[in-house]
Amino acid sequence: MLTDIITSDEPALRDRPLAEACAGLSREQLLAEAAALDAFRRSSGNLYQRVRALFFLHAIHRFHLAGETVENDGHIPFEGYRHLLARRFPEAIDSFLASQREQGSSDAISSALAAAYHQLAFQTLADQVRKSVRTVRGNQWMFRMGHPAEHPLRIRRELLAHDGHSYPILLERTPVRMDLTHSAWSDIFFLGMDFPEGAKVINVSIDLAIHGSNKEPKPPVSAYLRVIDRPVLRLTSIDLKATAEIEALADVFDFAKDYLGLLKAAVIASGLIPPGIEGSGKPLSEILSMLVGPGRGLELVSSVNHIPKGSRLAVSTNLLAALISACMRATGQAASLTGELAENERRLVLARAILGEWIGGSGGGWQDSGGVWPGIKLIEGSFAAEGDPEQGISRGRLMPKHHVFGENEIPVAARKALQDSLVLVHGGMAQNVGPILEMVTEKYLTRASAEWAGRKEALSLLDKILTALRSSDIRELGKLTTENFRGPLQTIIPWATNLYTETLIARAEKDFGDDFWGFWMLGGMSGGGMGFIFDPARKDEAQARMLAIMAETKALLCNALPFAMEPVVYDFSINSHGTFATLLDGTDAALPPDYYQLHLAPLLRAEPGDLSPAQRAELARFASLSRSNPDFSGSLSSLLETLVPSGGGSSPQSGALAELLEKWGFDPEQHDAIRRDLLADRIGLARNRLPAITEITDVLPEDYTDLTRTPPSSETIALGKAALAEGSVAVVTLAAGAGSRWTQGAGVCKALNPYAKLGGKHRTFIETHLAKSRQRGEEAGATIPHVFTTSYLTDGPTREFLESYGNYGYPGSLHLSPGRAVGLRMIPTERDLRFAWEEMPQQALDEQQQKMRDSLRTALIGWARGAGEAGDYTGNLPLQCLHPIGHFYELPNLLLNGTLARLLTERPGLKTLMLHNIDTLGADVDPALLGHHLSSGAALTFEVIPRRLEDRGGGLARVNGRPRLLEGLSMPREEDEFELSFYNSMTTWIDIDRFLALLKLDRAAILSENIPAIAAAIRALAARMPTYLTLKDVKKRWGNGQEDVFPVTQFEKLWGDLTILPDIEIAYVVVDRSRGQQLKDPAQLDAWFRDGSADHIAKLCGWGGKG
Amino acid sequence: MKIHKAVITAAGSDQRHLPLQTIVSASGETKPAIQLLLDEIFAAGIRNAALIVAPGQTEAFRAAVGGHLPQIEFIEQPEPLGYGHAVLCAKDFTGSEAFLLLVSDHLYLSNGEVSCVKQLLETAKREECAVSAVQATREGKLPYYGAVGGKHIPGSRDLYHIENILEKPTPTVAEQELITPGLRQGHYLCFFGMHVLTATTMRLLEEALETSGKNLPLTPSLAAAAKSERHLAFEIAGQRYNIGEPYGLLRAQLAMALAGPQRDEILTMLVELMATSR
Repeated sequence: MLTDIITSDEPALRDRPLAEACAGLSREQLLAEAAALDAFRRSSGNLYQRVRALFFLHAIHRFHLAGETVENDGHIPFEGYRHLLARRFPEAIDSFLASQREQGSSDAISSALAAAYHQLAFQTLADQVRKSVRTVRGNQWMFRMGHPAEHPLRIRRELLAHDGHSYPILLERTPVRMDLTHSAWSDIFFLGMDFPEGAKVINVSIDLAIHGSNKEPKPPVSAYLRVIDRPVLRLTSIDLKATAEIEALADVFDFAKDYLGLLKAAVIASGLIPPGIEGSGKPLSEILSMLVGPGRGLELVSSVNHIPKGSRLAVSTNLLAALISACMRATGQAASLTGELAENERRLVLARAILGEWIGGSGGGWQDSGGVWPGIKLIEGSFAAEGDPEQGISRGRLMPKHHVFGENEIPVAARKALQDSLVLVHGGMAQNVGPILEMVTEKYLTRASAEWAGRKEALSLLDKILTALRSSDIRELGKLTTENFRGPLQTIIPWATNLYTETLIARAEKDFGDDFWGFWMLGGMSGGGMGFIFDPARKDEAQARMLAIMAETKALLCNALPFAMEPVVYDFSINSHGTFATLLDGTDAALPPDYYQLHLAPLLRAEPGDLSPAQRAELARFASLSRSNPDFSGSLSSLLETLVPSGGGSSPQSGALAELLEKWGFDPEQHDAIRRDLLADRIGLARNRLPAITEITDVLPEDYTDLTRTPPSSETIALGKAALAEGSVAVVTLAAGAGSRWTQGAGVCKALNPYAKLGGKHRTFIETHLAKSRQRGEEAGATIPHVFTTSYLTDGPTREFLESYGNYGYPGSLHLSPGRAVGLRMIPTERDLRFAWEEMPQQALDEQQQKMRDSLRTALIGWARGAGEAGDYTGNLPLQCLHPIGHFYELPNLLLNGTLARLLTERPGLKTLMLHNIDTLGADVDPALLGHHLSSGAALTFEVIPRRLEDRGGGLARVNGRPRLLEGLSMPREEDEFELSFYNSMTTWIDIDRFLALLKLDRAAILSENIPAIAAAIRALAARMPTYLTLKDVKKRWGNGQEDVFPVTQFEKLWGDLTILPDIEIAYVVVDRSRGQQLKDPAQLDAWFRDGSADHIAKLCGWGGKG
Repeated sequence: MKIHKAVITAAGSDQRHLPLQTIVSASGETKPAIQLLLDEIFAAGIRNAALIVAPGQTEAFRAAVGGHLPQIEFIEQPEPLGYGHAVLCAKDFTGSEAFLLLVSDHLYLSNGEVSCVKQLLETAKREECAVSAVQATREGKLPYYGAVGGKHIPGSRDLYHIENILEKPTPTVAEQELITPGLRQGHYLCFFGMHVLTATTMRLLEEALETSGKNLPLTPSLAAAAKSERHLAFEIAGQRYNIGEPYGLLRAQLAMALAGPQRDEILTMLVELMATSR
């Protein structure tokens, strides 16, 4: 039945939502459908039918089969997991299916199958795009050329006309593009190739200037190319302040070695150094000799005029296109050496830019090179026809078609009106749009009903927007772009908006009333590049006001959302040329001033006798430009400043770091001891593991209580309710962390992150946990004290945030428990980096991305060696150099910082604490679980959930015959984890008195606040717990929104290791996934909404439902 | 169609001395390269040839053509204004007749008994139209040649209808505009340096001269002629040797020698060279 949907030519059937087709099917029927789909995807010759079948299979296993309680728990075969990591997806699927046949279907196997089908679907699509890119006419030869003697390109002779000082410079200037309506991300290649009739955008080429800089808007992207008298490739990125002279062919293909990956991708994609020659082992000079002549090389310089990353204006793709265009003009691949490009040349630049993005391991949409074309244009998908490489494989072509609107279609008045009304900004947020594009693709292919309707609505809006534009009705246009943002875009991807954007819109509405005509989301998601449309009479005022609003809102939310830079307002104008080249010769042959800053400082430090004639000429050129060219005013003094060595001594940053270390309880002795152990190989990643002879098996039924299959008795629930009513329970939420995965090491407070809209509002993690406690308290007729543990990173921001939000109106007592110990991160050892990257099983990436990753890792190992292994990590913001020393200390901190004393004073009857992670959104003070804990008599009750594929990092195990929680770090063998049925959710019910007894303390000791005695007791307990060494990623921000991620070493002690202690009674209870699952990665959000988890949380919070 | 006249260009800056280099022919005679070329065209039925030379070069060429002198008209190209211009210098010589066009720095060796020039002339006579000799050439050689794209003439193994002609195209452009079904990937039909052209080409060159400035190429006029009259590409059974390339003369000489009775002697010499050279 489901295969009929895929194969049908009838739109009514072909577009039937999968969810609707699966509704009402029994488990057996779903499994039968899955078997039929799996057979179909193996036999179908049609790529898109195969891919659709794979997405159907993913959805069936992830959303329709998963979550149902079945008789067996099921174990994921390790062999299949290994296949999955190595990207052998078909083999992984076979392994999981064999397991399903042997064990029967289960939640665990379905989770593994869902992951494997999902990845195979995307791999199949990516392979097809790659194949299509290679088969585009004009690109094919580059994959065949394998020897320098075969190089078919020659530099144009105009570029070899040396004037006695230097060669002429080819300057390519390219506008960026903004996108009036992306028709619901329809510019994703996969969509355009399957649904060309629905792939449409209105794309505008624009020039930019920073508002307030008093400069006229100009094409922001520039590429410079010239011949040089050295047989090397000299690449320079002015904005990234990076330059390199490449002498070896292999370095051209090493993208992550430096910040010049984009220039290298352009050199390759333009055919200067064609991809086919990679790995040939030939000298680069030999290739350059064929291309430019013996002894000569090429210089390529890029500049984006300081536009920050994440502008949503496709800056990097247009820069790639500009570089490629310059290289193609220079080698006669485009007939036009200067001026605009002809239409066929623009298309070729587009094809090469797509290739370059693939080579560089990135990927944009097909409209992103829109700056190559002039003015305002409609870019749309086209159907594959006879003779196309795509014919018979996909419905659409890889390359879209472009229609540039003439002034008869969109009058000059309309263009001016748009310029006069639109306030273009960069909000300052940095986001990863990758997961969104995957979600969009999947929803399209499974025809999720609301999203499919949204897609059609977005298409109809495009027509209306075009009508508004044709009639110069910008007010209507603003209304429509807002409608697009509020309607279809958020229907398809709720994460397209966020609290920051919503606040900006609300404030623009408040301050400008009817004169605020609308909001316009540029590109993938909001928060970075955005547009606000105003009555032109108030545009100047609006530009100033929006800058202030953004700055204020950013200040409010900077600890909750990842910001990469200060917000910016742009001046812009519509560019009517598209990419445009000029040949600069004679005195005009100048590179930008910043280029000389970068290149001449080393020359000025050199002995005059060591300078080559070319270098002398360059110095003379700069001296002359400094005198005569206004763009170079001040350049000479700036250059001289760079020559003066910066003052020694401590920087303000190092002072701030020392203060923080002192304030947050840094122990330098312990730190040095760890460093010594690390360097002597007494501790390290490999040494986290238990001895190989350790026997690890799954737990037995007598080791735990499964409340998912045996619900607690009414007496147990009544016991819990009574305890709640008595007020004998408090909640401790661990909120000290930054949520490294949530914002990829951006160092914001995860607790304060407005992660999703529930009950019509963006909710933070902290608000969600308080809402649950309020609900349970109201049900019980009492209030529940709630504690958030904090750290050096989160304490101040959390206090301020709660204050500004009035504790979200929480009726009970609310405490923050600041951390009492902190570590200083270290530079990792090469041994640990190699262990993590070479010894530990990990997910292989797609071919080009894997190459990028390997190259980056080599560079990072070089960095660690150069910076000094196990040295203090201090080369970042002070807060990014510290680390928390593990969640074991969170509860002891309550004792040390007086929080427990305050709780006990406030509630002498307090007996139980429920401790949980900030990201375990389903954890609440459920009377059934509380009752179970109380009646079990355990000192600590740990909650566990049935394991799914994604639940990695340890679990409940029998270790040498004794049940305990086992951390993934200490597993001696990777495969042991796959034998474990349950994953530790971290939620723990704690009997206060018995925990104190473990520390050989009691309430009196806590209430007397005898800190030295408490500290000694904690130290004694900590000494019995293992210390783990871990690698964490930390972001370093620099330049204009640029970010680097570095691995750093830190150590920690973990809460779950309390279960190794023999002198405390521990119980384990299996709970529902909806209670125990953790939200660790924004990419989980979509499935979290679809599988009902979000609804469940909204109900627990008393917010009705999602939305 | 009668083809009695040939035009040989030798006025290019790099062509002035190359055709005067002596070479040992397959039959063992030592002659200037130009004489070998003339031997071939007159043996194929050409009656008169015009040799286009640079100013002041006539005497040197006159001395090199040997016994063919009476059949040859020397025309000096007054200024180096491009290959098309050099051809146009022979306009009065060719008049309204079809003619054979050759470059003087190429030597040709047929794969069979019939010489390359004769193969081309016979084809042009049979098809009664302009024909350019071509050879499937790897894309790495595109910077050296003009290239054509087109379709096979049904029923013919080696004849193509020309749809497009480009001079030294990049493979980027060639892949898009010179598509020829049936060729191996990465191969294009490149000019062999030998054409039979009609008066149409001369007329088009003359028209183009008005706007050409300092350089009048041949290829655009050829491309225009191919659009206005029947123009075929003929995949010739033979090899061309460009003596202007690095080691071109050596290659040509070796090819000639290996095609003649001294083949074994030459092979032995090569092996000895390989054994003794460092």
